Amino acid sequence: MFRNNSWLYSAEDFVTENVDTYLKELESDSIYIFREIVAQFERPVLLFSGGKDSITLVHLAKKAFYPGKIPFPLLHIDTGHNFPETIAFRDALNAELGTTLIIGSVEESIKNGRVQEELGFYASRNKLQTTTLLDVLEKNQFDCAIGGARRDEEKARAKERIFSHRNEFGEWNPKNQRPELWNLLNGHKQPGEHFRAFPISNWTEEDVWNYIKAENINLPGLYFSHERKVFERDGQLLADAGLIQMKDNEQSKIMTVRFRTIGDITCTGAMISSATTVDEVILEIAGSLTSERGTRSDDKRTETAMEDRKKSGYF
Amino acid sequence: MKNIDLLRFTTAGSVDDGKSTLIGRLLYDTKSIYQDQLDAIEFSSKQRGLDRVELALLTDGLKSEREQGITIDVAYRYFKTKKRKFIIADTPGHIEYTRNMVTGASTANLALILVDARHGIVEQTKRHAFIASLLQIPHIIICVNKMDLVDYSESVFQNIVDEFKAFSHKLEVTDVQFIPVSALHGDNVVDRSSAMPWYEGSTLLYLLETIHIGSDLNKIDARFPVQSVIRPHTDEFHDYRGYTGKVAGGILKPGEEIIVLPSGLSTTIETIESYTEKLESAEAGDSVTITLADDVDISRGNMLARVNNQPTVTQDVDLMLCWLSGTPPKDRAKYYLRHTTNEVKAIIKEVIYKVDVNTLSRKKLDKNIQMNDIARVKLRTAQPIFCDSYRRNRQTGSIILIDEATNETVASGMII
Repeated sequence: MFRNNSWLYSAEDFVTENVDTYLKELESDSIYIFREIVAQFERPVLLFSGGKDSITLVHLAKKAFYPGKIPFPLLHIDTGHNFPETIAFRDALNAELGTTLIIGSVEESIKNGRVQEELGFYASRNKLQTTTLLDVLEKNQFDCAIGGARRDEEKARAKERIFSHRNEFGEWNPKNQRPELWNLLNGHKQPGEHFRAFPISNWTEEDVWNYIKAENINLPGLYFSHERKVFERDGQLLADAGLIQMKDNEQSKIMTVRFRTIGDITCTGAMISSATTVDEVILEIAGSLTSERGTRSDDKRTETAMEDRKKSGYF
Repeated sequence: MKNIDLLRFTTAGSVDDGKSTLIGRLLYDTKSIYQDQLDAIEFSSKQRGLDRVELALLTDGLKSEREQGITIDVAYRYFKTKKRKFIIADTPGHIEYTRNMVTGASTANLALILVDARHGIVEQTKRHAFIASLLQIPHIIICVNKMDLVDYSESVFQNIVDEFKAFSHKLEVTDVQFIPVSALHGDNVVDRSSAMPWYEGSTLLYLLETIHIGSDLNKIDARFPVQSVIRPHTDEFHDYRGYTGKVAGGILKPGEEIIVLPSGLSTTIETIESYTEKLESAEAGDSVTITLADDVDISRGNMLARVNNQPTVTQDVDLMLCWLSGTPPKDRAKYYLRHTTNEVKAIIKEVIYKVDVNTLSRKKLDKNIQMNDIARVKLRTAQPIFCDSYRRNRQTGSIILIDEATNETVASGMII
């Protein structure tokens, strides 16, 4: 019944001339949330992945506490399978801000026997990150992990609170979430429990890009068109960086691509693209037929893959 | 050039009244659903043996919701047109989920209430309208859906309009509009219907795009709840002391005299800042940092206001309370009361009456508060709070109660 309409966009459908008012409102809400986090928690930490959402978070935090410095460290959970561009960008940004960077290494969790490396064609360290993350939070006694998750990304995230409670095992209970009314956020907790806080919950992918444009925020080159050795699997283009076990019929070749989301190399799909500027990226996204997480194989394992991972303590 | 602004609306209804189909239609016709998301729900629909695409699967995200085929929790959806950006708080309509409806309604500019044209105004419609009025949602749209099943009849529509008006005069709703639609076929949702030439009003999307929301926020009573104090202690900002917060009402400007509550000291605003920018003014909704001319002792939970326009300072709070928790309130139990950025201890002193949400009558004998109950109560707080009536200001007129032992948010309240 819904297939009769045309799925084609015309350029004027998405070129937004002036986005001031609503971006200002979103920014103001997010800054308010950041300030609530620092007021209500003793040891918050910002989960920094090197992706555009966490880069936007850092930018908002900078604005929220100016002229003071960002009053919490950054935490990067490094799978050991990150793009080198991500790592370089992370280090440069951290040096510029003068923040403390903590690195949680999945590689070490594997060496210490905390987790076991997956094997085979679809091996990924995505799921292993949860253990590393929870270990780091516990070791440093962080009581609030600030993340860049957005409700438009995924159906389980659409129901998550801005201040999202985790029990002492780091687990999320979606059926028993605290109601959030007006802008009153409740960060009360028992010792040993922690919270996840999501200042850009109500932003969409398009909002993030429009904000990046309006605020002139720097991003890693991965988000823009470049040449890269990739191969195709299940309709996705994956980077050939020697980390994924290729099948006999899979062959890599150099293509002109960019990444729409950035995560672990093994589960982040590239897209063919000639978009080299923020404006071109915005046009491309608005005209896209697939959603942002459509390039993430970690969400495609089952219908409720994200909910299942989140329940056990994932980002 | 027109600015794109942000409209937050809430929808409440059950599976049967076509709410999910209507939301699906809005998202689809504004091109807000991606092909892979549609493919995914098409696949899931087939797996369930359905012969149509179940658009409810777009909004029902949690495993248990998908298993039971019902929406349990508030789900947020987003879409944008050339004129506006929209945030939908989609909430279940069943009586058990009154608390979710209240949650969704708390931030909404507008409530979309669905009525099945075949059944007319039912108890659920009245409950939704009551909650919309209780939460002071400024605008209500009544969508009379499934017009295709009543032969697009004008008299069916008109009867529903009359019936609703007869009921709603008891409520505090100012702006109510009625639209006959068929979400399934798209009549009057995004495109005008050719089947109902007798209807001369706007389509739903046109109304959503054009309803004036600029005056929804209080721009009169200046209120600034202090969130935190910024003291950088750097060489450049050695004596800097900035007070952060989100303006909760009115307009503030540098040079104006203000009073600090609860200390009662007055001083003048020196600067209003947003990052490195010095602003000429800040109004309701803006997150800013304020510096003051004098060094006064101010901390989180204090409030700045005008000397000649101050909030009520009180320890006795009269309010409409919605109980959100499965555990009823215990006698003489203490709660944390959160109001703006302030938190104090509070006890429920007296339950005056409970409201029957279906008939709107007051129950003065039954005072046992259970989950989803709405009641008029008196609270007593350990320290004074600085508040306005909810009718006057949704930010400074609202509170939540937090259980001391479980830390759960157990109630929400609208100050009278």
